[in-house]
Amino acid sequence: MFDTVVRIENLRKQYGPITALDDISLEVERGTIFGLLGPNGAGKTTAVKILTTLVRPDAGKVEVAGTDILKDPDRVRSLIGYVPQELTVDPYLTVKEHLRYYADLYHLSAAVREPRIREALGLVGLAGQEDRRARYLSGGTKKKLDLACGLMHRPPLILLDEPSLGLDVHVRRDVWNYVLRLKEQGTTVFLCTNYMDEAERLCDEVAIIDHGKIAVAGAPAALRSQLKKDVISVEIAGFNEHEREKLATLEKAVSQLAIVQATTKDGARLKIDVESNEIALPQILERTASLSIPIRTITYSRPGLDEVFLHFTGRPLAEEKEKDA
Amino acid sequence: MLEFAQETKAQLVRWMIHLRREPFNIAFNLLNPVILLIFMGGAFQGLTQGSVGGDYRTYLLPGILALTAFGNSMAGGIPLLFDKENGSLLRLMSTPISRASILVGRFLAVNINTTLQCVIILGLGFIFGVRIAAGLGGVLALLVIGLLLGFGVTVISLILAFVLKSHGDFFAIIGISALPATFLSSAFVPLDSLPLWMRLIAWVNPMTYMIDAMRSLILSGWDLPLLVRMAIVLLVFDGAMFWLGGRVLRRHLA
Repeated sequence: MFDTVVRIENLRKQYGPITALDDISLEVERGTIFGLLGPNGAGKTTAVKILTTLVRPDAGKVEVAGTDILKDPDRVRSLIGYVPQELTVDPYLTVKEHLRYYADLYHLSAAVREPRIREALGLVGLAGQEDRRARYLSGGTKKKLDLACGLMHRPPLILLDEPSLGLDVHVRRDVWNYVLRLKEQGTTVFLCTNYMDEAERLCDEVAIIDHGKIAVAGAPAALRSQLKKDVISVEIAGFNEHEREKLATLEKAVSQLAIVQATTKDGARLKIDVESNEIALPQILERTASLSIPIRTITYSRPGLDEVFLHFTGRPLAEEKEKDA
Repeated sequence: MLEFAQETKAQLVRWMIHLRREPFNIAFNLLNPVILLIFMGGAFQGLTQGSVGGDYRTYLLPGILALTAFGNSMAGGIPLLFDKENGSLLRLMSTPISRASILVGRFLAVNINTTLQCVIILGLGFIFGVRIAAGLGGVLALLVIGLLLGFGVTVISLILAFVLKSHGDFFAIIGISALPATFLSSAFVPLDSLPLWMRLIAWVNPMTYMIDAMRSLILSGWDLPLLVRMAIVLLVFDGAMFWLGGRVLRRHLA
């Protein structure tokens, strides 16, 4: 067995004047969920199409479970389940007919076919809907069927391109649960997304890709902590105009702490930028107590991957999305 | 080999399900042939009495069969173009199947469909009083001849499915190819009643040989030299299309 399910080294792909992938290297460990995170047009889909043997790379080495995608593409295809961004269900076929179709495309024997169909139906929550035609399914249910089709052969690697694009909130949650169940079963998941919350919720590792280059890679928590920026917000109790000096006193006191990077006053609140709230919170609380400043609330927030993206690429992710649309 | 059979069967089953659940697609292709058979057959019945030597519908039937086979085969690649447009084809190609199974599955489905449509046309002809001189064996021969044309034309359609960028272009090509291909043959009138330039085109049109052979089976019975000539022409046509298809599609399905 291979512990590295995906190995990409110095991968390049050019489409005419456009560089889709510019010297990409990454590895995905077995049994983990890996997220390729970036705006539309960053190169995510190109990377997936190369991994699924649908597009030939210009340069570099790509291996899936130890098999080179150029040397033995057919074996790679039997090792992966690919669910593209677009819905690919056939409106004329029933749910069960889809799964039979894929069972045959993956060359499953008649003996394992029916148990696998039941298993796949259960995994995506489509049991009882076997005989409905895809035409009459809701968009979310179609997506679930699409996902089920990709795992009929129990591949060691599943590639999901924007799995929750355009789905309702509750369907999105179902899709996330499905991805987490795959991981529980030991399947490695390679996920492309431009949703930060999706990457944070699901991924063990993410690589942020922008203009065909990997800006930064690592565990979401590690990337966040690289930013060294938590924000603690202290709200003073019984605050009124005469007590402004209380806030000023507090600000002056916490500013002297070594871990505090910056402070800003905002009404009854004092916002304190710190490297890590775990260390800063006790110290700040100690200061307020020794100064006898009554506190109504104290909250802290960690930066999300949104801030991580901004930090490493120099621009916000959301803006990029609007520009593309 | 077994895997090839399994993946091809799966794709053929998919197309057969389409055929069963969307009979309107058949009606769409049969619309023109049926209109020609019923209305043109009726309208020209009296006018053509002397020139075609007998019942005009009987004279027309081979041309209608040719049009049916041509039209259905020519449209045969469309579902693959749709699959290409909506991403299903790429997904299909990410599975461990032989690329040839995509073509073979569709090819088989189109030609089963063609046979079915020719049976419907023959049935309609029977209702309108057309009798086949060569008997039941002649009916089988007519279906086989329909397929001999259908094979080559299906390959043209599969090529178009991969070469063309949109299904709009595809529909346009189908729209402007079927009637000229039929009119520039002996489908509707005897060859020597056509103007010279049309006769020259008809002379190199495989459909002329197909229709002449079919007409002999319907009007007079088994005419071996005519059947052999037709078989040679259509097999050469099919062979050329398979050769061309192999070259073009290998590139597009790499």
